Amino acid sequence: MTTEPTVHDAIEMELVQKHASRPEVPETPTPVIQVEDVSVFYDDYQAVRDVTLDIGHNEITALIGPSGCGKSTILRSLNRMNDLIRGARVTGAIRYWGQDMYEPGVDPIEVRRRIGMVFQKPNPFPKSIYDNIAYGPRVTGMKVDDMDAHVERALTRAALWDEVKDKLKQSAYGLSGGQQQRLCIARTIAVEPDVILMDEPCASLDPIATLRIEELMAELRDLYTIVIVTHNMQQAARVADRTAFFTAAIDPQTGERHGELVEFDKTTTIFERPADPRTEGYISGRFG
Amino acid sequence: MALYTPQAAAADARRTVLTTSGRSRERTPRSLVFVVLLWFSLLVAFATLVALLVHTLVDGLPRLDGRLFSEYPSSRPEEAGARPAVLGSLWVIGTTAVLAVPLGVAAAVHLEEFADRDKWWNRLIEVNISNLSAVPAIIYGMLALGSLALLGVTQKNIVVGGAVALGMLILPVIIISTREALRAVPRELRDGSLAVGASDLQTTWRITLPAALPGIATGTILALSRALGEAAPLLLLGGLVFLSFDPNGLLSQFTTMPIQIFSWTSQPQAEFHTLAAAASILLMGILLLMNGTAIYIRNRSQKRW
Repeated sequence: MTTEPTVHDAIEMELVQKHASRPEVPETPTPVIQVEDVSVFYDDYQAVRDVTLDIGHNEITALIGPSGCGKSTILRSLNRMNDLIRGARVTGAIRYWGQDMYEPGVDPIEVRRRIGMVFQKPNPFPKSIYDNIAYGPRVTGMKVDDMDAHVERALTRAALWDEVKDKLKQSAYGLSGGQQQRLCIARTIAVEPDVILMDEPCASLDPIATLRIEELMAELRDLYTIVIVTHNMQQAARVADRTAFFTAAIDPQTGERHGELVEFDKTTTIFERPADPRTEGYISGRFG
Repeated sequence: MALYTPQAAAADARRTVLTTSGRSRERTPRSLVFVVLLWFSLLVAFATLVALLVHTLVDGLPRLDGRLFSEYPSSRPEEAGARPAVLGSLWVIGTTAVLAVPLGVAAAVHLEEFADRDKWWNRLIEVNISNLSAVPAIIYGMLALGSLALLGVTQKNIVVGGAVALGMLILPVIIISTREALRAVPRELRDGSLAVGASDLQTTWRITLPAALPGIATGTILALSRALGEAAPLLLLGGLVFLSFDPNGLLSQFTTMPIQIFSWTSQPQAEFHTLAAAASILLMGILLLMNGTAIYIRNRSQKRW
């Protein structure tokens, strides 16, 4: 970090201070989403098995672990994006405020409107910045009195307004990668979701853009419940209140790899006093 | 002092001075023969094309004037023109586009975005569409002829009949090119739309189709330009007629430019052959313009994501 010390350091410093000043994380989360004994299958292959964890209200929950451990699979089942993959099947129960979201009769479109998602690669629509934000409210039939004000509010919350306010009618493809990702967060915010899922949102961004997103997440925590999948352990340590560590284990009978949840606790516990030796091995860089 | 180890000797042996003689292993006699053959094939193809174009241009240019557009066919070559054929082509291609484009795009959207690919009937339809694009054009003429006869239509050389034949001819081409355009739209865009709570139908209408539009337009223009140059199915419908009026509706009789060219070339007088060449230049010009537009659209819309 010798090339651009000032900006990066300033953001990181601010983030560390913010992190230090946040209130103590409660011992047990107030669950928004309860994952109970969930396994996800792709046809006959069991990708993840028997995951149980609670996503706490207005908390940031990080899912970490090596590649192929099923953390993205679990994330995508939290708003039924897995429904779009042919052959994908979820067993067990995922409750959203106590209600099973896989119950027959539940509309997956309604689930996704409440539980939004930000993807690994920024995926703005080939439309103007304004239309990218207005898209969600328009298609979901949200009652919006003043769309201009609504767009401004979403962009402001995503810390992007000042950078784009003079070019709202220009294509979203003119933005940098980090700006595009914040646009995608603003697009998700615009439908006023309850929960925001983020699937490695910084994987394709440079360190400064990454810190910007992390800073944004820390700000959004007071308004939304956030679940983030990340490969970056420092990121989990910096932003998450609670961390779930997944790993892939080979079934001795079948020889197949399955993802499983090893440990789920407060981030400080996971990083300072992990209960499972596999967690300790991973966070200290011994494998994965 | 360091010993000269076997490893160091092996490393020294790998050191090479790059040759600077300019000779390459690409230039062996065998590869030269191959390159010459490739050039020769290209030359034959290119020379044939140039000869054809030059011959047509030399023949036709004297009669490529206003009369070609303003006059009706006549038994006196100096008074004859292709006005009904030009207008007929416009009518038939316009009607073909109206019939085939919405149908083809809708079929492609269904197959690509909604149909369950695991079902055998969808796979059967897919295979058949690919096969249909290889069916000779005249078969579609026979199909249109038969359909019109079944409907009890006696006058078969009508604009809508021709459009049905050409529409069926290009439908598979439109479906295949539209599917390819839809497939080129990244999965991430659809996911982004669904993740904010849009339905599949909204995602298709507002995200996928607009993103695929340049590709769809390119494929459609190329398909229509193929239909424009087609004569066989229309000949079967009785398109080889001597018209002295402008086509003025869907049920109007018509002739088209390829048929007019065919008709003039079968006349004994040399002046008619000049007229045929002039009409050919016009037809080629229109086709070139259409294909150029398609290429322009394609290039302009490249690497958007």
